[in-house]
Order: sequence, then C-alpha cells, then structure tokens
Amino acid sequence: MQQLSYFELVGFGPNGWGWALLTAAGMTIAVATCGFLAGSVVGTLVAWGKIGGNVVIRGLADGYTTVLRGIPDLLVIYLFYFGGSAALGAIGSLFGADGFIGVPAFATGAMAIGIVSGAYQAEVFRGAYQVVSRGEIEAARSVGMHRWLMFRRIIAPQVLRYAIPGLGNTWQLVLKESALISVTGLVELLRQSHIAAGSTRRPFDFYLTAAVLYLLITWVSTYLFQRAETHSMRGMRRAS
Amino acid sequence: MDFAFMWDAFLTLLSGVPLTLNLAFMAVGLGAVLAMLLALMRMSGLKVLDWPAQAYVFVFRGTPLLVQIFLIYYGLGQFRPTLQEWGLWVFFREPYWCAVLALTLNTAAYASEIMRGGLQSVPHNQVEAARACGMSGFLLYRRVVFPIAVRQALPAYGSEIILMVKATSLASVITMMEVTGLAAKLISQTFRAIEVFVVAGLIYLIMNFIITRIIMAIEWWLSPHLRRPPAVEPRLEAAHV
Repeated sequence: MQQLSYFELVGFGPNGWGWALLTAAGMTIAVATCGFLAGSVVGTLVAWGKIGGNVVIRGLADGYTTVLRGIPDLLVIYLFYFGGSAALGAIGSLFGADGFIGVPAFATGAMAIGIVSGAYQAEVFRGAYQVVSRGEIEAARSVGMHRWLMFRRIIAPQVLRYAIPGLGNTWQLVLKESALISVTGLVELLRQSHIAAGSTRRPFDFYLTAAVLYLLITWVSTYLFQRAETHSMRGMRRAS
Repeated sequence: MDFAFMWDAFLTLLSGVPLTLNLAFMAVGLGAVLAMLLALMRMSGLKVLDWPAQAYVFVFRGTPLLVQIFLIYYGLGQFRPTLQEWGLWVFFREPYWCAVLALTLNTAAYASEIMRGGLQSVPHNQVEAARACGMSGFLLYRRVVFPIAVRQALPAYGSEIILMVKATSLASVITMMEVTGLAAKLISQTFRAIEVFVVAGLIYLIMNFIITRIIMAIEWWLSPHLRRPPAVEPRLEAAHV
C-alpha cells in the first residue's frame, strides 16, 4: 500500500480522518464546557460557604478546596469512573439487576472536571467577591434589598466582572484536563487521535494534529475571554 | 470502611512514592535549567532569541501534558529507524525517560514565565546602585539580581513544584507504576474505588504538605530582612542588696 501523505491522512478525503478529528474536537469542547459549568455551580456554592458560612461550613469548604487542589486530577477521574460504576452497581442490585453497570463516560468526565474545577473557581469567586466594595453592599442593604435580590443585582454582576481573568485561566486548565478523560474511553480529541494512530501506524502525525487543534482551541478561547474582559470593563475607569 | 484493607493499600501505594518523587524532582531540576535559558532568551531583547522562546512557551502551555507525553512516547516511535541510527532509541524506548522529557519540557515553559516575572521585578535602582559600585556581568547577577529575583519567584515556583508532583500521575498512562498507577491497578483488582482513592489522595496530600513546608522554610531563610529583629531580652540587673 502506498504511504499516504500527511494531508491525505488528516484531510477530509476517503482515507482522511478529518471529520473524525473535528467531531472529536467538538466532543472535547462539549465535555469541557459541561464540566466548566458544573464547576461554576460547585464553585459558587463553595465560595458562598467560605464567605458566609459558619465555622463548620467554612471548614468543610476550605478542606474541599485544599484537598481537590492537592491531589492529581487523574485520581479524581479514576474515582468517578470506577467508583461511579460501583455505586450504580450497588443501586442496581437493590432492584435485582446484577452485574457491571458502566457510567456514561461523558457524565463521568463532566462530573470529575466539575468537581476539580469547582475548587479552583471557588477561589476565583472568593477573590473577586472581596474586590466588590463594602459600600455597595451596605447601600443595597440600606435600600431594603433582600439577600437574593442583592445577590442578583449587586454582587453577581460585579463578581463576574472581576472574575473573568481568573475564570479564563480555569477554563484553560479545564480544557487541558479534558484530555485526561480519554482514559475512560470517551472519544474526545486525544482518544480519537489514539484510535487513528493505532489503525494507521502514524502516531506522530495524529498526536501532532491533536496538539495543533488543542492549541487552536486555547488560542480562540483566550481571545474570547479577552473580548469578554474588555466588554465587561467598558464602564470602568482604569488606574493607569 | 475496611481499615485493614486501607492499611494494606497504604503500604502498597507507598512503594510508588519514590518513583513519583523521582519523576517530579528530575523534571523540576532539569526544567529549571531549561527555564532559566528560556527566561534569559525572552529578556535578551533580541528578536531572534525572543521569538523562539515565546513560541515554545505558547505551544507547551497551550496543549495538554498528556498529548505531549503521547507525542513523545508513542509519536516518536514512528521515526524509530532514524532514532536507532542516531543511537537515541535506547532513550526513547524507555517510558521513564519519555515521561521525564515530557514533564521537563512542560514545566520549563511554566517556570520560565515565573523566572521572567521574578527577574523583571528586580527594581532598576538596585541594578544602578550595583553598577555604581562597579559591579557588572556575572557578579551583578550573582550578588544583586538573582537573590532578589529568587525571593520574588519562590512562592510561584513552589506551586509549580506542587503542580509537577500532581502531573507525575500522568506517567501512569504510559505504564509507569507510581502512586496513581498503583492505585489504578489496585482499584481494577479490588473494585474498591473509594478506599483506594482516599489512601492515594492522602499520600499526595502528605507529600504536597511536606513540600509546601520546605518551600516556606526556604522562603523564611531567604528573607531575614523581613523578619522582626530578635527582641532584646530585658536583662535582670542584679538588685543591690
């Protein structure tokens, strides 16, 4: 068989893996986005616990961020992958179904990313909350806003504004972490490259393509976060 | 929770700690040299040196470490005949060296930015003062620039070391049996994910706690000028009896 050129290999022709790789890149973005959003919910709750909780809640929240930032992400993914199916198996056996029940790889990945990035986002949100001026919160309280209304009108918009750079960093982490989900068998970009490399025996070409696609995604998202930052800061006066 | 099992798991996983630390310190040590080189290239003010360094940092910070590991371990296999010809195949055949290389290249990109930040934070008047005293070249760097830059960069460098300890877990994907590799093996043998996870997580937390303490100690040792001067004990004068 004639050796295919690089562009035939990763192109969109009959022997090309182009569509497969692009679909897989879409999967990477999808799982990273779901994980990131789950992490935002977790992060908000944990940040709330750190700021407004009593001693017990604050201790729990501090413990959570310390532990999750101190252990490898891969370990968390293994926990969700193996632990999730063990838990589902236990629930299944209650209803009479025995045997191995696999957790969908997408859900495992998104949950693992959410739990890990939640710890990072909690710190970002907490840092951003501390920048919101106390006077504004006092003013909101003095005009009679309840907690939820104050959160929605005063705190959330400003926290989000100050959090954008930190969230951008976390998003980059999440994107790179999503490559680890490939160990659970989810066909995202790295897994697809692994499959293609195995069946064509051209590993370098495919991993290089994967690297380029990751680079493209990080580059575009950096640009988007910068746009978001300038947009959110358009009414602010800068000290410069 | 089965504590007897957890104790067994702890002993099993403990045998992976030397490899984890070995990988982390090899990568951090070699990476520091490369990072210094990159930081000096970025600060040289010559575009020929600045651009390659900038591109290097962009590429290695923008792609997942696992992709870099696969690219080196599996990808370079595609050029096996050439590598064998050059006598480099003995090196790239070993997952250990591939992991060390990937981790080194990766940490160098992050560390070079930390070092650049540290070097740029050195106030210019300090350099001017040193020049006024007749220092230049290496002496200037050794006595004035480096000590200040190291103090500035150390906290960030400490978190980079912690990140590297965590990143060594990825070496388990290319068959290295360090703590995470042993943990994954143990989980797939016993299906007790929670217990093994708790034990493995504890081992990583202990390692990272000790490393953080060491770095804090170095920080303390490097910044005597920020410490409160030792209080002079009020001396008890012998009373005139």
